[in-house]
Amino acid sequence: MAYDSFNILTSSCVPLPLENVDTDQIIPARFLKATKREGFGDNLFRDWRYNGDDTPKTDFVLNNPTYSGKILVAGRNFGSGSSREHAAWAIYDYGFRCVISSFFADIFKGNSLNIGILPVTVSPEFLDKIFRCIESDPKTEVIVDLPNQKVTIAATGESESFDINGYKKHNMTNGFDDIDYLQSMKAEIAEFEKTRI
Amino acid sequence: MSKKTLFDKVWDAHMVKHIEDGPDVLFIDRHFIHEVTSPVAFLGLESRGIGVLFPERTFATADHNTPTINQHLPVEDPLSANQLKALETNSGKYGISHWGLGNPKNGIVHVVGPENGITQPGMTIVCGDSHTSTHGAFGAIAFGIGTSEVEMVLASQCIMQPKPKRMRINVNGKLGKAVTPKDVTLYIISQISASGATGYFAEYAGDVFENMTMEGRMTVCNMSIEMGARGGMIAPDETTFAFLEGREQSPKGEEWTRQVAYWKTLKTDEGAEFDLELTYDAADIEPQITYGTNPGLGTGISRNIPKASDVKDGEASYKKSLAYMGFNEGESMIGKEVDYVFLGSCTNGRIEDFRAFASIVKGRKKADNITAWLVPGSHIVEAQIKEEGILDILTEAGFALRQPGCSACLAMNDDKVPAGKLAVSTSNRNFEGRQGPNSKTLLASPLVAAAAAVTGKVTDPRVFL
Repeated sequence: MAYDSFNILTSSCVPLPLENVDTDQIIPARFLKATKREGFGDNLFRDWRYNGDDTPKTDFVLNNPTYSGKILVAGRNFGSGSSREHAAWAIYDYGFRCVISSFFADIFKGNSLNIGILPVTVSPEFLDKIFRCIESDPKTEVIVDLPNQKVTIAATGESESFDINGYKKHNMTNGFDDIDYLQSMKAEIAEFEKTRI
Repeated sequence: MSKKTLFDKVWDAHMVKHIEDGPDVLFIDRHFIHEVTSPVAFLGLESRGIGVLFPERTFATADHNTPTINQHLPVEDPLSANQLKALETNSGKYGISHWGLGNPKNGIVHVVGPENGITQPGMTIVCGDSHTSTHGAFGAIAFGIGTSEVEMVLASQCIMQPKPKRMRINVNGKLGKAVTPKDVTLYIISQISASGATGYFAEYAGDVFENMTMEGRMTVCNMSIEMGARGGMIAPDETTFAFLEGREQSPKGEEWTRQVAYWKTLKTDEGAEFDLELTYDAADIEPQITYGTNPGLGTGISRNIPKASDVKDGEASYKKSLAYMGFNEGESMIGKEVDYVFLGSCTNGRIEDFRAFASIVKGRKKADNITAWLVPGSHIVEAQIKEEGILDILTEAGFALRQPGCSACLAMNDDKVPAGKLAVSTSNRNFEGRQGPNSKTLLASPLVAAAAAVTGKVTDPRVFL
């Protein structure tokens, strides 16, 4: 499924300074019953965002109008647990295009890259800086520059570089996915298959 | 020739291509699909106008979203019924074998794969489910994938993955009384945290794993993802071959002999290097129980809940976790009143787990305050429970057996632990609301679950054995 290409994103941020945010919190299993990729953003962080009677929990950051933007900033080990890509879909569908953390769970990171969300891993110190800037000014803008692999806090000019392999970077900046690539290898794969039981 | 790890040997044998400054293109021998993470992948194929490249390498079973009672009746929840129907339709359309509800081979994907001999040593195996790591027990590279990757495997039988780092976890010595494979894995995770193995693929080595049954090895490998590892594997040996011989899809005749000879080469070479190596002593492990909201927050059952200053997680997250559970730092776990007991899941839903549970409840009665859900991992496990007389023991003690499925492990179906209730579960995750909105989960072994089921509270199973 193609997605919009990602180059330079300048946006304010939504802070979630918690560690070990697992994919069951990002989207609980009872909302995985769809057969189409539609409407998952409505249930993003469902049980942190809404009470049992569906009224919003006013103390949760997504219900706080002070914070908005296309960048989610989260504590370490974001996206642990289940491999459900629905977690990445919910984040994308809600309107985020980038998650910044000091550490991501492997499967979540892969799923995000596959659907056009950029997971940016920064040092714990830089993550802390971003959180502190947002705390003092909720409108703090962060510039995520994928071609130059650099993340910058707009107001202070402080920046840090981040890693991404050349293949994925090329895909993200062009909106390509892996299946486009694998389709071009079909003959090679068919030969290889003959050697496997 | 350079010395290789077991992981390297299997990975390298499946590498179709390495992309410069990018991932490897890895061939996938076996692909499992289920109703929840596959429908959008099939829609993707349709929108691209492409088909399934090797449908005989994909196997479908319905498990995540199925009821565990009255499976002969139409599924009541229209959304669940729709997903099950989509799996059946998509499998039929592309020629994929499908074990739906009512099929005698139906059950949890990570239980039915091995018991039908689909899972074999040296294979690469993926599924849109993080507990695919289970199949590593056979010396396979097995890991969970997202839906985009499910589509990728259907379309090309390959996946694009950067090669993880290598890690070996050694546990040597003799396990103590009532210490099961579940306790070994919960202990390891409590030592290295829920993210301690992120970026790695683990190999489990040492006599504790060598002496384990295949069921026990599956429990250990299953939980690899709970320490962040992409997967975990154990070198195949005579225990592995004995388990596989004669199973429906296992190799037969000369092919069996040829494969066993190959499988015997699947072990880490002496002197091969790991990026990280950890060693534990079996004598340090007692029956385990978790007290927090990730699987790393666990401890020996006789110990107290650690202080925030003694844990690796950040203090704010740790305190939030204990507040959710309603527990305090320094408290004892023993004696906490329990409401629900869940025996089942891809972690502990196999015959050995039911034998263990029955060994404690035999001749005793279910406590009045306990609601117990006993859910076999497959129809084959269910049949064995009946054949071995375990059902009689359970019934006598006041327990009922449900029908196979993932059930209360992720609570997608009606098996939801109510808000505020405390469950002792043999499953794999104790995340907030995992077993139902606002429910609370203590992860433990089938023996600890049985001890709670007959006493109504957290109880050290050693008092019964």
